[in-house]
Amino acid sequence: MSFPWAQHYEPRHPFMQWMDEKLPLPRFVYNAVGAGYPVPRNLNYWWNFGVLAGFCLVIQIVTGVILAMHYAANAGVAFDSTEHIMRDVNWGWMMRYAHANGASAFFVVVYTHIFRGFLFGSYKAPREMIWLLGVVIFLLMMATAFMGYVLPWGQMSFWGAKVITGLFSAIPLIGTPLQQWLLGGFAPDNAALNRFFSLHFLLPFVIAAVVILHIWALHIPGSTNPTGVEVKTESDTVPFHPYYTAKDGFGLGVFLILYTAVVFFAPNALGHPDNYIPANPLSTPAHIVPEWYFWPFYAILRAFTWDFFFIPAKLMGVLAMFSAILVWFFLPWLDTSPVRSSRYRPLLRKFVWFGLLPDVIILGYCGGSPAAEPFVMISQIAAAYYFLHFLVILPIVSSIEKPEPLPFSITEDVLGKDDHAVLAPAQPAAA
Amino acid sequence: MADDAGIDTPVHETGEGVRRRDFINVAAVSFAGVGGLATLWPLIRQMSPSADVLAESSTEIDISQIAAGQAIKAIWRKQPVFLRNLTPAEIALANKVDIGSLRDPQTLAERTKPGKENWLITMGVCTHLGCVPLGAGEGEPRGEFGGYFCPCHGSTYDTAARIRKGPAPKNLEVPVYEFNSDTVVKIG
Amino acid sequence: MVRLFGPLIGLFFAVALLWSFGNGAYVAITEPAAATAESVFHKHPKEVHFASDGVFGRFDKEQLQRGFAVYKEVCSTCHSLKQVSFRDLTAIGYSEAEVKAIAKQWGNKAQTFDPKTGDRADRENLASDHFPPVYYAGQGSPPDLSLMTKARHEGPAYVYSLLTGYEAQPAAMLKQFPDAKTPDGLHYNPYFANLNLAMPPPLTTDGQVTYSDGTKASVDQMAKDVSAFLVWTAEPKLDKRKQTGWPVVGFLIAATILAYLAKKNVWADQAH
Repeated sequence: MSFPWAQHYEPRHPFMQWMDEKLPLPRFVYNAVGAGYPVPRNLNYWWNFGVLAGFCLVIQIVTGVILAMHYAANAGVAFDSTEHIMRDVNWGWMMRYAHANGASAFFVVVYTHIFRGFLFGSYKAPREMIWLLGVVIFLLMMATAFMGYVLPWGQMSFWGAKVITGLFSAIPLIGTPLQQWLLGGFAPDNAALNRFFSLHFLLPFVIAAVVILHIWALHIPGSTNPTGVEVKTESDTVPFHPYYTAKDGFGLGVFLILYTAVVFFAPNALGHPDNYIPANPLSTPAHIVPEWYFWPFYAILRAFTWDFFFIPAKLMGVLAMFSAILVWFFLPWLDTSPVRSSRYRPLLRKFVWFGLLPDVIILGYCGGSPAAEPFVMISQIAAAYYFLHFLVILPIVSSIEKPEPLPFSITEDVLGKDDHAVLAPAQPAAA
Repeated sequence: MADDAGIDTPVHETGEGVRRRDFINVAAVSFAGVGGLATLWPLIRQMSPSADVLAESSTEIDISQIAAGQAIKAIWRKQPVFLRNLTPAEIALANKVDIGSLRDPQTLAERTKPGKENWLITMGVCTHLGCVPLGAGEGEPRGEFGGYFCPCHGSTYDTAARIRKGPAPKNLEVPVYEFNSDTVVKIG
Repeated sequence: MVRLFGPLIGLFFAVALLWSFGNGAYVAITEPAAATAESVFHKHPKEVHFASDGVFGRFDKEQLQRGFAVYKEVCSTCHSLKQVSFRDLTAIGYSEAEVKAIAKQWGNKAQTFDPKTGDRADRENLASDHFPPVYYAGQGSPPDLSLMTKARHEGPAYVYSLLTGYEAQPAAMLKQFPDAKTPDGLHYNPYFANLNLAMPPPLTTDGQVTYSDGTKASVDQMAKDVSAFLVWTAEPKLDKRKQTGWPVVGFLIAATILAYLAKKNVWADQAH
């Protein structure tokens, strides 16, 4: 669906007309990310991160396919083949650093994209399906990133694989057989490494497929916007191209500057030194930590230190860690406020900026620190707030809060803040 | 990707402003194009032989143990190389051939180093489709011309490893090599 | 449903967490964690600078060659360098002939195995070979050094500090932790994670290694040089990485400025 005033694709060149009859791919692109897709005119830079996330996926797939040409998924040689890439393969060092830091960049971008959703109520009707697909993408990303981190077969790779598959052993009755099934053995070894490699190669393409669904679902209601007021008239929108292609181009430039600066000047800053030690099943690193993007969830996992009635602490931790993400699936129904954007929701705005955001940062800090006091106690309080925020505070806030007055329309909002603003008719863009 | 026609300025603006704006838009899109093309280079280059493969592109072989009439197979760049110590009879046989009658005319002298005509060093790769001809190993058939015989499609080489019969178009290739000493050959 | 069970689940997790918190707090108060010798006496690496530090840093090849000399004369008896090949040494300024000679004269020989006869034998190393493994007759194998400076926090400074950090066990330590006496056969070093290290001090006397470039081989200098060398072995492409980085980032900054101006152009006539 699109708005009735969306520009229509009219191929002028005979070849494009011929193409349009046989395979209307240009028309499809025109309607998806071209001039045929009307987008609210008031999107701010928070809205750059969707395109950036897509770009990160492309970086990861391209560099990943290349690394797979040189990597050997065998416990005996995986570590050495990674060093072979770093030392002997032409530009191999760049490919590997681009891929390892590309994962971090992808998570930075996606976390920002998710936070945009929290701030502007992007998950609310009629966009629930976009949100649900987004959470699925995030879960797939986590699985992919975890399995990718195992591949260099360093100490953190090995012990990460052991600890994370160990989570499944917390499940009553079937836990231990399940862990052995996942690993294809009693501890991580060739079988695990090979299946992780296979799945690590496969899952990004699954992610790409879900991304297509995510964008498809987005094109049905169209993008939301900082006011949260739905598009009413043509003056509320501008065509995606050239307006948002230009803005995304600029955003992409800024992103690439930061990303390449890390790749070329601090490529190991986000990694852990222990992963430059070959995997050793007989010696555990003093301090096992996952990559930074898992720290908040890792902190929640470790926060349960005492059995709760008949539930063992280990099981509680695993349940809580998975629930911490699963809770996002229910967000559209936990937030019952009729107002979408937190810009007009004074109470929610405070809880998101001064509650949820610092809480997740604190959880992340604790998750990256040794499992010792005071970090454990701090993470217990922070984890409690995390669950209360989504499951208790959000429903209460959305029913008691008095929203501030909404603008009538996007146009009114845009004109209201700038007396000299002109709403020029959207320029026709050539095909 | 981006189409510049779409980023035109409105009609009511004219002159300098329009030209400057167009220039910037074109420049921005051009930069994106140049950056994209430059990125391709490492993506393509990574498939070329890596440093460890290139490091093995020359190999030294001890030939002191090869008696006249014998040959050995060595490996160079992951392919077989035949090193053969020709007997005077084999040399004579090779020199007797009328060069004009050959499919790939070359003399034995052209295929060996001066003063070392008895050392016939060739790739062990049939010039037809890349099989390894027989004749270098002990007890292998050498074909009717006493050189090498390729079992795949019957190419037969003489004692100068020149193609004499069968489908192969060229003589067995002589790799780049030099004698480091009387007993050590460096190939590559 | 969601609005009924959601808050209940939220409260369930919150109460379980507070239960853990309460128990943890009680234990922390009644049984405060005791200090250990490691927590009191372990030291962070010393402040030390290398030519390759920073975004403009490049390797000092003369220093790398001196560091290689230290590795060869001192470390290589026990520690391997298996990720590095002899041929790589051309990158720190040795000619191909020199590299060939270094490989040929290397004390540890490459191993060959004849699958027909099952014979194992030694052969001289070739330039294309990796540094051979070192089998250390004694207690286990000392760690490979190829990636050491990337495998430790503040790696180069750590290696330097460890090499120059051996000392007698402080008397104050034995007073506070009588059980923490360094066991026989180990050596006290406050820069090592658990303070006691099996490796005896490797660099002990000035002039232990003869430098061909005339630099005075003090213990401090040797420690610094070998640390710099191990930065190179861990990341031989460091120079190339930074050399590539500058044009890439510079180009992107220019492109982004243009993209910003183009974006302003496009939006010039639209309120937003």
